[in-house]
Amino acid sequence: MPIASFLPTNADYARFLPELILTVAGVLIMFMEALRPEGRRTNAGLLTILALVLALPAALVAKDGSAFQGMLVIDGMGTFFRTLVIVVGLLVVFSSTDYLRREKQESGEYYALLLFSIVGQCVMVTANELVMIFIGLEISSIASYILAGYLRDDARNNEAALKYFLLGSFATAFLLYGVAWMYGATGSTNLTEIRRALISGTPPPEALIGVAAALIFVGLAFKISAAPFQGWAPDVYQGAPAPVSAFLTVGPKAAAFAVLLRIFLGSLEPIASRWEPAVWVCALATMIVGNFAAIMQSNIKRLLAYSSIAHAGYVLVAVAANSGTGSVAAMFYLAAYAFTNIGAFAVVTHFSRKGERYVSIDDFAGLAQRQPAMAAMLTIFLLSLIGVPLTAGFFGKFYIFKAALDAKLVWLTVLGLLNSAVAAYYYLRILVVMYMREPGESVETLPPAGALLQIAVYGSAAGTLLLGIFPSLVLDFANRAAIR
Amino acid sequence: MTLLDIVLFLPLAGFLLLLILPKESSRMAALVISLAVFVVSLGLLMPYWFQYPSGHTFSSDIQWISYPPIRYHVALDGLSLWLVLLSTLLTPIAALVSWNYIDKRVKEYYAFLLLLEFGVIGVFVAMDLFLFYVFWEVSLVPMYFLIGIWGHERRIYAAVKFFLFTMAGSVLMLGAIIFLYNRTGTFDYGVIQGMIQTGSLVFDTRTEMLLFLAFFGAFAIKVPLFPLHTWLPDAHVEAPTAGSLMLASVMLKMGTYGLLRFCVPLFPEAAHRSAPWIAALAIIGIIYGALVALVQPNMKKLVAYSSVSHLGFVVLGIFTFTQQGLDGAVYQMLNHGISTGALFILVGYLYERRHSLEISAYGGVATPAPNLSIIFLITTLASIGLPTLNNFVGEYLVLQGTASANFGWAVFAALGVIFSACYMLWLYQRTFFGKASESLSHHMPDLTTREWAAIVPLVVLMVWMGSFAQTFLPSISVQNAAILDQTKKLRVERVAIPARQTAEVSRANR
Repeated sequence: MPIASFLPTNADYARFLPELILTVAGVLIMFMEALRPEGRRTNAGLLTILALVLALPAALVAKDGSAFQGMLVIDGMGTFFRTLVIVVGLLVVFSSTDYLRREKQESGEYYALLLFSIVGQCVMVTANELVMIFIGLEISSIASYILAGYLRDDARNNEAALKYFLLGSFATAFLLYGVAWMYGATGSTNLTEIRRALISGTPPPEALIGVAAALIFVGLAFKISAAPFQGWAPDVYQGAPAPVSAFLTVGPKAAAFAVLLRIFLGSLEPIASRWEPAVWVCALATMIVGNFAAIMQSNIKRLLAYSSIAHAGYVLVAVAANSGTGSVAAMFYLAAYAFTNIGAFAVVTHFSRKGERYVSIDDFAGLAQRQPAMAAMLTIFLLSLIGVPLTAGFFGKFYIFKAALDAKLVWLTVLGLLNSAVAAYYYLRILVVMYMREPGESVETLPPAGALLQIAVYGSAAGTLLLGIFPSLVLDFANRAAIR
Repeated sequence: MTLLDIVLFLPLAGFLLLLILPKESSRMAALVISLAVFVVSLGLLMPYWFQYPSGHTFSSDIQWISYPPIRYHVALDGLSLWLVLLSTLLTPIAALVSWNYIDKRVKEYYAFLLLLEFGVIGVFVAMDLFLFYVFWEVSLVPMYFLIGIWGHERRIYAAVKFFLFTMAGSVLMLGAIIFLYNRTGTFDYGVIQGMIQTGSLVFDTRTEMLLFLAFFGAFAIKVPLFPLHTWLPDAHVEAPTAGSLMLASVMLKMGTYGLLRFCVPLFPEAAHRSAPWIAALAIIGIIYGALVALVQPNMKKLVAYSSVSHLGFVVLGIFTFTQQGLDGAVYQMLNHGISTGALFILVGYLYERRHSLEISAYGGVATPAPNLSIIFLITTLASIGLPTLNNFVGEYLVLQGTASANFGWAVFAALGVIFSACYMLWLYQRTFFGKASESLSHHMPDLTTREWAAIVPLVVLMVWMGSFAQTFLPSISVQNAAILDQTKKLRVERVAIPARQTAEVSRANR
């Protein structure tokens, strides 16, 4: 075969354009940072926004097809998730800038790392190859390990980063081990090939495939913080800087779910009867652990961390449904959750003040009387997390449980719905404190929110309400992108 | 755009307007807007004034979400008409009684009041199951805040309990709604109901019962039916006067309305099969509510438990499956809205004067405040079902329907009527008769003009509904006849099929 056939074509580059833009911007920021004279403000934030804004249309118009010898595949799902992580990136940048200024830590690395992490996630969601998935996961993870410990003088940041790094590496090792077994069993790491091997006349031994699938599932379950692999999540999400937590609960999670959908609903669909029960149990356990642990929390970041675990459980319900509607529901939910959770964390970021002093729920007492607009926005996010109609979260839950009922998962649906009623309790507590208590010292000293942060908050709120009133906007997109 | 759309969205527009308007004008703005809604809603009576159409009026049906096909489908019939009017009548009254009572965060208060009106009207007119659920949940949020922010000492506990009880019930209803959609491909109530009636949608017995229970649970919590009533006394006692008013008069009706609109016509077989159990719970509720009301030292709690008792009558009436029973149940929904609403307002008046809800803090109020006492007396008599006042008509119809369905039930239910006389008259005696203490007389001015304005419409309605039931009953009856028809037809078909089979088998054996 002539060497030219291995070289990437222009079409390949066009499909890879969003990643290219983001990578170039990231590298540029690193250089600019090195050359920046002491004492001058960095404009890396601006460049990051610019790169993301450019990458967004590039991702949206990328033509379907495969790139780089079938290593990447741009399909509806890839486009959906690429768009999602880029939008997530934008909102996170807007909510980070004020935070970094406040902590006097504004420097280019933060933005460069954020961009690299997004690049990793873009690769993950478009990878059609286990090795590519692994590479994408590593790009994304390594950048996010550093982000989690970005304030290096802060003990909690360090703890979060260390925990995230150690357990994350463990998870990646599991995944890699699973990839090796999968290669041994099917002779390929290409997702399409794996599926072909499974439905061929001489399928590989089930034990081998079973071990491979289990190891891959464990690796990904770590990343999406599904029970019983959720132990790291509360500490990390609590310890990391608030905007980074917002990013971690949304971006890497969405990417890991995309991989989960691609591998399990796509390649491993022929052995679905084997993995469905495991996902079933995992989904239920995740919902229960997340919701019941969240009830006891008094720190709002930790509460949102547990709630994030619970929400991963809901998405797993959609995965367990193992159907086209299930994957659409999962995608819609991840989009809805992205807006909602980034918004909620953005309000927390605004509220927590320098050094994140005010992160106890009680500190929010009387917020509605001093800054009614911020309180109203947080109310919208919390109602969306509860799943009250006319917010994105409601339709997310609705589609998930609809998919589950379609797949005859009646008990999982009933238990999931009851779980969401339990969840109402701890979200309501925040509302109670915000609206029904007299303002305390923490609220009295609250400065008005910065302009960029306001963009993040209002942007997320607009997304949350828009998806809650006109869900078709995203749903049609997801429908085109369904894995089956 | 029909008149009904305007009635529905005007409160929402008012809610948004109030958010923009300055704080000082929010009281007046809310009153004006809610009065405007009421005046406009009177136009809904037009088709029902000289004739009694059985179908939908003012219906509008627009696609909202393409997939799954969720439609904005609202319409009015003889059942929802009066409940909508009740809601639009009580909202301006609620705004009036809150005039001086609410002194902090006034703007938000009135905004939530209008949002609540939007939610409850939506519940009564939604003809799409999904839309119904949306409004059901939307109405929950403002009431939660009304209790939680402007309530009494234990308001937070009461508000959270209220929210969680309702939420726990309604998520299962959501599950059932999705299940129905998966079977039929539509959320439209009329279409699903038609499919069930024509037999193109048939559930096996177990599925039907589970679906019925999922709906029934949500409604029974809202009604509230014994033993799911425990949130109600807490919510009532802690809520501000207008909160109690809207909760008792309008929101509890959402539960009974749901039973009548959805539970019975959609799952007639299961409804018939579980009727004895539900009737038993309703009767327990009637008697238990009355007995507990008898021993309450707290006025609001007393009225709250009397609600449990009164609502028992409504549920009992529905599950007799007789024309009189259903008519009585619907009439009793309206009556309870008027008379218990008035009781809550009057208790609120007393509270504003004396700042206590304990009965023992009163006594001899009749001397310093004769007008207040007269109005309270009329309301009390209405509440215990004195002929020519409204509750008599409803209770009589329910009891007549019950007696024709099962005479034993009627006997027990009638006990509730007697008890209601006991607790209400005793309350009246302890509060208004006797000798007024010095401190009480000083703090007990008679009714002000504003207070008169809020209570007089209700008193007029008590007399009107008690003496000229013909104004209201025919349109209700037409709708109830349709509902009964829906349940009966199906039963005949269902019973007929196995009967024929047995006949064939027995012929073969011969």
